[in-house]
Amino acid sequence: MTEAKNYMYRPWWKITGVLLLIYTFIAGLLLKVPALPALQETIRNLYFHVCMWFAMMILFTVSVVNAIRYLRNLDIKYDIYARQFAIVGIVFGILGYITGAIWASYTWADPNKPVYNSFSSIARDPKLIGAAIALLVYFAYLILRDSIQDIDKKARISSVYNIFAYTMLFPAIWILPRILPSLHPGNEGNPALDVKNDISGNMRMVFYPAVIGWTLLGVWITTLKIRISLLIEKKLTS
Amino acid sequence: MDSPESKVWNGLFWVIQLFVCINAVAKSFLQESRGRMLYYYSITSPSNFVLAKLLFNSILMLIMSLLSLLLFTLFLGNPLEKAAQFIGLVLLGGWSLSLIFTFLAAIAAKAQQNAAIMAVLGFPIIIPQLLLLMKLSNAAFAPLLTISATTVLLLIALDIMVILLAVILFPFLWKD
Repeated sequence: MTEAKNYMYRPWWKITGVLLLIYTFIAGLLLKVPALPALQETIRNLYFHVCMWFAMMILFTVSVVNAIRYLRNLDIKYDIYARQFAIVGIVFGILGYITGAIWASYTWADPNKPVYNSFSSIARDPKLIGAAIALLVYFAYLILRDSIQDIDKKARISSVYNIFAYTMLFPAIWILPRILPSLHPGNEGNPALDVKNDISGNMRMVFYPAVIGWTLLGVWITTLKIRISLLIEKKLTS
Repeated sequence: MDSPESKVWNGLFWVIQLFVCINAVAKSFLQESRGRMLYYYSITSPSNFVLAKLLFNSILMLIMSLLSLLLFTLFLGNPLEKAAQFIGLVLLGGWSLSLIFTFLAAIAAKAQQNAAIMAVLGFPIIIPQLLLLMKLSNAAFAPLLTISATTVLLLIALDIMVILLAVILFPFLWKD
């Protein structure tokens, strides 16, 4: 791909992302939300917490697609893409954990006890374990990458692990929480995507743009990191 | 001395299975010398090679599973209500573990690392399957619970997927 054609260097989707996020913050904090028992106003966290996990899954998917492209073309560029998308995916996963922890401290924790007393019952939730596994897999991916010296070998082996881990992981974190009992919402059907009875129409008008906005922000951060890596690569080879 | 409660027995059994598998299967790739790999390289194709490895490790792990089950019942008592079903699950679990760790051993061997990196790579991937196996086998301790057939099928589907992935991906690890 030449520079002129590569979407990485175009500004329009970055502007879209920023505008969508501004909309998310304004509308997400001001629009009316249904007052549900136990949730109340904390439901606004949906625009942040759930979007983090969506963005993480999309970034990991892009990472595995680039790993496949690397194995098909053996072009080191795709390996750089795969690595950076995985790293930014991890960042979004950690943010998802933090927003989830804040949310859980208001909704799941026993209000009569200090928050840390409820920790053991919350942390055992299958969805939390699934998310922790997803992050651990990608930490392992980074460890594997850094343990190999040779650049081509590193790219090939870590691409193989990336594909293997992704295909093993994603059925596990999509199917497993539906089989085991969980406090977390979304055990029946698709979490947050069930149009009929999950979230009100009002909230969907904010939620979908928020998902796109956060994802575009993640992609923007990744492209900046990719561009730095490509420049370093160019400097090394010239 | 009292024998442990059935839940503890079950959890202990699967954790031991995991470590048995890591130690048994890690040997298969990590102990191959460079010369012998070169010899394999000259006589066979990568998919045949990995299928042979998967088959050997599966059989090895099935034997080890039965052996550890025997030792468990000898030393820790036998809380099993449905022995036949539990043995079936043990064999299925041993097979799942051996397949995944065989492929991870291949990756770890290529990275010229010790068994430690295999554990790092493998633990997060194996935890979901171990959770499923523990949940399933809990039913074998209570006379009223039934083992869900869909979950068993899910585990078998995952195993078949591991075999397919190994056949597809191993050629990329093979050529140096």
